[in-house]
Amino acid sequence: MSEPILKVENLKTQFFTEEGTVRAVDGISFEVNEGELVGLVGESGAGKSVATSSIMRLVEDPGEIVGGTVTYKGKKLIDFEEGPDGELRRSSEMLSNEQMRKQIRGKEIAIIFQDPMEALNPVFKVGAQLREFIEINRDVSGKEAKRIAVDMLREVGIPEPEKRYDSYPHQFSGGMRQRVIIAMALACEPDLIIADEPTTALDVTVEGQILDLVDELQQKYDTSFVWVTHDLGVVAEICDRVNVMYLGEIIEQADVDDLFHKTRHPYTEALLDSIPRPDQSVDELNPIKGVMPEAINPPSGCRFHTRCPDARTVCREVHPAYQDVSDPGEARHMVSCVKYENVGYDDAEPLETEATGAFGGGLVEARGDGQ
Amino acid sequence: MSQGMVTGSDDDIDFGETLLRVEGLTKHFSQGSGLIASLFNDEEVRAVDDVSFDIAKGETLGLVGESGCGKSTLARTILRLLEPTDGAVWFKGDNLAEMSGEELRTMRENIQMIFQDPQSSLDPRMKVGPIVEEPMKAHGLYKGEREQRARMLLEKVGLDPQHYNRYPHQFSGGQRQRVNLARALAVNPDFIVCDEPTSALDASIQAQVLNTMRDLQEEFGLTYLFISHDLSVIRHISDRVAVMYLGQLVELSETEELFENPQHPYTKALLQSIPVPDPRAGGQRGVLEGDVPSPIDPPSGCRFRTRCPRLIAPEQYDLSAAEWERVKAFMRETQRRTFEADGEASLRNEFFPDGTPDGEAGSLVEKSIDDVLNDDWDAAEERLTEAFAEESICAREVPAYEVEPKHGDGVHFAACHLHNDDVKGSVNAD
Repeated sequence: MSEPILKVENLKTQFFTEEGTVRAVDGISFEVNEGELVGLVGESGAGKSVATSSIMRLVEDPGEIVGGTVTYKGKKLIDFEEGPDGELRRSSEMLSNEQMRKQIRGKEIAIIFQDPMEALNPVFKVGAQLREFIEINRDVSGKEAKRIAVDMLREVGIPEPEKRYDSYPHQFSGGMRQRVIIAMALACEPDLIIADEPTTALDVTVEGQILDLVDELQQKYDTSFVWVTHDLGVVAEICDRVNVMYLGEIIEQADVDDLFHKTRHPYTEALLDSIPRPDQSVDELNPIKGVMPEAINPPSGCRFHTRCPDARTVCREVHPAYQDVSDPGEARHMVSCVKYENVGYDDAEPLETEATGAFGGGLVEARGDGQ
Repeated sequence: MSQGMVTGSDDDIDFGETLLRVEGLTKHFSQGSGLIASLFNDEEVRAVDDVSFDIAKGETLGLVGESGCGKSTLARTILRLLEPTDGAVWFKGDNLAEMSGEELRTMRENIQMIFQDPQSSLDPRMKVGPIVEEPMKAHGLYKGEREQRARMLLEKVGLDPQHYNRYPHQFSGGQRQRVNLARALAVNPDFIVCDEPTSALDASIQAQVLNTMRDLQEEFGLTYLFISHDLSVIRHISDRVAVMYLGQLVELSETEELFENPQHPYTKALLQSIPVPDPRAGGQRGVLEGDVPSPIDPPSGCRFRTRCPRLIAPEQYDLSAAEWERVKAFMRETQRRTFEADGEASLRNEFFPDGTPDGEAGSLVEKSIDDVLNDDWDAAEERLTEAFAEESICAREVPAYEVEPKHGDGVHFAACHLHNDDVKGSVNAD
């Protein structure tokens, strides 16, 4: 297989707040191959959005990218090296802010956000915004840019594109706005699109339309995607490969079919168990116990051990290694769980946590034991 | 189960009997305010139009629909947080729509509501204990035992009774929604309207709250009207499900029946659109074209007809199913201007590869093709819409049919003319 188009290695982003350092993204690694749609899934607070804005170098104060390497087509979007005094500093290979702005964002990597209203300026006409973007990024005349803009609007399924070109964002419905944003993202023919919960704010039928559109466009332009979502249904429908995040770390990564049918990590399993299904009636939902801890002071050892039904004493002490656990001949399946390591999980005592049922009272036990 | 908490003596309705009946409930909003607007009041937003259903005691009725379809307006109108334009809401034999202020206030003891956003529905400056006690105070109930009851309720909804003295901000989103639950239960209501209660919560937390709601329903004998846009949640929690589109119910049946044997094209489209959390499930999606029309001037007859994949052919043209399919596609795409008219050959090839239909329908289509090629889209649209869309039974009659259920024995209502006996035998049938 050829080189991946995007390679993220050990990326770390921290927020320096008054209460302490929030390790929002703590050493994640993943790759995106050409034409591939890679999912980044997790609950709110898992660090999904910080991860994507780090890749685009859009993290703002008090946040800071503190380590790792992000390589896009051989260019180092993020790269650190050890200085003479042992401190990490930006390496000379890392692109400057200006290079990021002029060479990468929009042209090579485009990003789509959850709320299309936030990405469109409410006081300018939709067409003008699109045209300006094309003019700047593609070095074409205003007239040519307008032609491309109208074409793109038609391409993403905006009815009467010539007429809608002169509409303001508030005259569009939510789904149509998101189509405009997709048109904008595609206008400069990027090779990679980062989509941050692009369909979360949309109704299910509109979401279906957008997913269809993305499928179509992906086939046509062979664009790669990083798709951030909390919706496992969407993941199952469109992703080729999936990364599951929990509290700043990627804890499992596999092909989409393996993730759902050969689930390895207890968190992924619990997450899949906890969602109601549209296609079958489930009598009792099986929620994950407790709530996600704060990233400011993550649990020791495995970060999921406080809520894990399989937790044992060793989980509290040993930070699990992120390793390939696939059987020979199978696609790569990365997991970080001590169950798959030789660190004494089998001999360890079960840990008393909410999830293993040892805590009385509290959140969970409200449900009583009568069922 | 302790006796004091179960609804007591005034309760003359048995489980399974109708607790709430909504009859022809209608809510229109006028757009402007003031004298001028009231004189030129022709642009009303018809948010809820002629909705009827009933809810039995102890049951959960799920109400599902996309944003803007009028779910929340319906709920608020039932509770008379909004004045109904027309229709009646019978609760235990009394018409809420006609009650005076004081009667209504007393009646609200029996009816409570839970909102979507657990943050903004709790006063940030009040501790959760007093928050839960507030409705008891408002109705003058449980004097002297309010704190004790608040603590009991906090425990029932899965919080630590010790949290009585905490502020809302000290709780997570899921816990805050539990405080809302406790507050709703404070006056021991029979009926709770839940408006998207878990939509703001993460998947794993949502499951916890849903389970708690079910347990509370069993313990307190509650009746829920559960509003959500999430069909998975609706399937999980509801006994019966009502599907709403543009201010009207399009289908209502028992949950299993609705999900396994949907009879309205909109319900079918909705069900097909949900992403299933299983990559092997396959299936179609995005089967619906276009956007929801404006509720100011909703389509006549069936409101879904402008997007319906099963729009019924007008009978006078005698078109075959395949011919109608092409005419319909040409009409819709002309209405939406989704294609470019670059040459007659390519246009014909795209829409009518086997030629246009014979007879009157054919000549109408031919004229419209000419219009499109002459760049007179409006004329083409008008001709096609008038001749085909407006002539369909879907535009001429408001649908309302009862269907034989395949699962369970509850009534299955479907507002779709495909169940009309005359239509069943025609080319439009399955």
